[in-house]
Amino acid sequence: MTAYSMDNSLGGEADVILTSHVKGFYYGPFLALRNIEMKIFKNRITAFIGPSGCGKSTLLRCFNRMNDFVKGARLEGQILFNGRNIFDASVDAVTLRRQIGMVFQKPNPFAKTIYENIAYGPRINGYKGDMDELVEQSLRRAALWDEVKDKLKKPGTSLSGGQQQRLCIARAIAVQPEVVLMDEPCSALDPISTRRIEDLMQELRDLYTIVIVTHNMQQASRVSDMTAFFNVEMREGSRTGELVEYAPTTTIFQSPQKEATQAYVGGRFG
Amino acid sequence: MGEVVWARAVLMLIRKGVDCGLTTAVTLASVIALVPLFSILLYVTYKGLGTVLTGGLSIFTELPPPPMVEGGGLGPAIVGTLIVVSIGAAISIPIGIMSAIYLSEFSAGEPIAYWIRFFTNVLAGVPSIIAGVFSFGLIVLTTKTFSAVAGGAALSVLMVPVITLATEEALRLVPQDMRQAAYGLGSTSLQTVTKVVLPTALPTIVTGITLAIARAAGETAPLIFTALFSQFYLPFDTEGPGALFNQPIASLSVLIYNFALVPFENQQKMAWAASLVLLGMVLISSIIARTATRRNM
Amino acid sequence: MPEEKTNTFSALTLWVRWVNIGFIYLTCTVSVAVALWVLAIISVLIHDAQAAFHHFGMAFLMSSSWNPLGNNGQGQYGILPQIYGTLVSSWLALLIAVPLGFGVAIFLTERWPLVPPGLQTLLAFLVELLAAIPSVVYGIWGIYVLIPALVPLTMWLHVHFSGIGIFSQPPTRPSMLVAGLVLAIMILPTVTSLAREALAAVPPDLRQGSMALGATRWETLIHIILPTARSGLVGSIMLGLARAMGETMAVAMVIGNSNRINISILQPASTIPSLLANQFAEASGLQVSALMYAAFILLIITLLTNIFAEVLIGRH
Repeated sequence: MTAYSMDNSLGGEADVILTSHVKGFYYGPFLALRNIEMKIFKNRITAFIGPSGCGKSTLLRCFNRMNDFVKGARLEGQILFNGRNIFDASVDAVTLRRQIGMVFQKPNPFAKTIYENIAYGPRINGYKGDMDELVEQSLRRAALWDEVKDKLKKPGTSLSGGQQQRLCIARAIAVQPEVVLMDEPCSALDPISTRRIEDLMQELRDLYTIVIVTHNMQQASRVSDMTAFFNVEMREGSRTGELVEYAPTTTIFQSPQKEATQAYVGGRFG
Repeated sequence: MGEVVWARAVLMLIRKGVDCGLTTAVTLASVIALVPLFSILLYVTYKGLGTVLTGGLSIFTELPPPPMVEGGGLGPAIVGTLIVVSIGAAISIPIGIMSAIYLSEFSAGEPIAYWIRFFTNVLAGVPSIIAGVFSFGLIVLTTKTFSAVAGGAALSVLMVPVITLATEEALRLVPQDMRQAAYGLGSTSLQTVTKVVLPTALPTIVTGITLAIARAAGETAPLIFTALFSQFYLPFDTEGPGALFNQPIASLSVLIYNFALVPFENQQKMAWAASLVLLGMVLISSIIARTATRRNM
Repeated sequence: MPEEKTNTFSALTLWVRWVNIGFIYLTCTVSVAVALWVLAIISVLIHDAQAAFHHFGMAFLMSSSWNPLGNNGQGQYGILPQIYGTLVSSWLALLIAVPLGFGVAIFLTERWPLVPPGLQTLLAFLVELLAAIPSVVYGIWGIYVLIPALVPLTMWLHVHFSGIGIFSQPPTRPSMLVAGLVLAIMILPTVTSLAREALAAVPPDLRQGSMALGATRWETLIHIILPTARSGLVGSIMLGLARAMGETMAVAMVIGNSNRINISILQPASTIPSLLANQFAEASGLQVSALMYAAFILLIITLLTNIFAEVLIGRH
């Protein structure tokens, strides 16, 4: 009971950075998400969990409008970033993506050197400062500097999988975003690399707001402050994701309010 | 601080402007790329259709006209193209299919397959005129005469790699399960290939072969000094099948080449009529072959 | 009785097995023969070019006389103008076809808000159709449509830019420029379809990674996609170049077949294929051998370009 109230206050005192009022998200005729009402808190790590196909990645990709590239994708409702609807005509998706960065499921370093992988984002965004310094700072923050400082001219693809993913994190934070979205960032990595990325997320929490999609419940319980549980239901012939419960992580894992959440975190289904 | 925001807005404007400009450029490129195609199709139709329509059926049977004489037709050229291309096909289809069977069915894991495929690709890149020179050196110089066979052999150099590569691709599309099912019933490799794999892949193979034949029918360079040209039909009545080996033979493409460059209007008209017939043959068979199987289009 | 049955059965199996093995060996032999065909072509050319090798040696590549009556009636031959013409006309073609082809390839592989995918499929099909048009039809179209259409442009170029070498002499109707243009149209489908393949092979997550950093479409294309597809793109250029160098009929019909080197691209020129097309049917003696020598040079140049392209594209 004490743990409950402590976590509640953790969520309560933080500022809201992202607010979802998504009424429905469609892929062509298929309703993929409905009625997602939630607030993402600043400088917190928020985890999205749920069975596959529940729309957690889809929602994540709405936050930086990556779904713009998906043919036939359509959103009803609003997502507010710092109080402003990101689907407003006046909001530019390119600028938005600089402010809300993303790390993908599979490490995807560019076919460039380690240095150029980091410098690419700042450069296209017109960064005027000392590039070497920014590269070093980003790599340090991603806990990769010591491993790569002597081979910055080597291709990014020459690194191991875990290092590549940390390179992608460094690349994402080099453009100084406010939010970093992580779409199952450890699903392609071994347990040791996974652990390093989880530690890294704790260190980055003070500087950025992190939203992570994960299929690994232990990971969610280890790293996150807030957890959102999504479930999938059949609606009008399509598998539609819904937000079942959203609360401080300890609440979700120790005393969930909904039966479906309890069943899922208890390992009884999914 | 306000300055930074302002500078950022200007940069964004420039970036968007560049984006817009380049998008316009590639759209324009796509439009420009279509201009020659439509120009050729429309102009050849415009110049050739009149002659074909006024000539009627006789266009397809009569001999090409001498200078300044109205009338005449493309008879020997059409028949010649069919004969030469048939010879090319007769040589290259069995070779191409057998080579493809080896590459797709029997060469698994053999390093030699890599090199065969590599050199087949290289053969596909041999200029068509070189195919003619090869046949000239091998057949015309040996037999001391231009002939339909020399022309067909030249075309086969161009057709074999196309048929091989297309057939191999077609065979690879046959699901592995089918082969395993056939082998599981005790079939030999020969039976599996001829009774299961080839029939399954047949539509795609036919497409590849049709495309190869269509391309060959349009070729000129391999024929100008192997099949040469003739104003007449092959003299099968006096020479028998030997006429294929010892007589020059007409073709549509060489007729176009010869008549396009002469100053006589009636022969130029024939060149346009021949262009229309040739273009029609080649394009229609290409389009049918492609749409019939919708290969990665 | 059962034993007899087994015997016939096994005898048949043995026969079937031998036929089967024979079949496999037959396909293998044919396949190897196809691969060796290139060597056969090279040996025929070398064999028939012996006399010319012997007579002219390397000077054949440096000399610009093509005179069947020269050298005391033996014939004097050299193909420097043709080598020059082959290289210049094909590079001219690349200059036009590569930007155009890459542009079309990008248009075809990107997804655009206002362009339905059906339109892209149709465009891809129409560009492919350019490859199906016979060379000789390009030639006759070049003579009667392209050449007259270009007269105002070539006049204008000559009047205003005669100070520049390539426009320095008055335009003639058949010319290097026309040949380059026709070649550009002919290799456009090759360049476009291979460039398109190379672009489509770039993993989509690189594009997403770049977009997620706040890059625009074209920043992503220029900095991420094109560099990643680099070897395939260079391969498409090389294959286009090889096609252009070997192309014969259309060039022979519009280039003017002049046996001298002229810096001005508004003037007639000649290429190795156009020389072969013009001369082979009526050649005899040493002239045949000289033509074989020229064909050998052409084959070597195009094969090397092709092999380079194949290695770059790496599709085996």
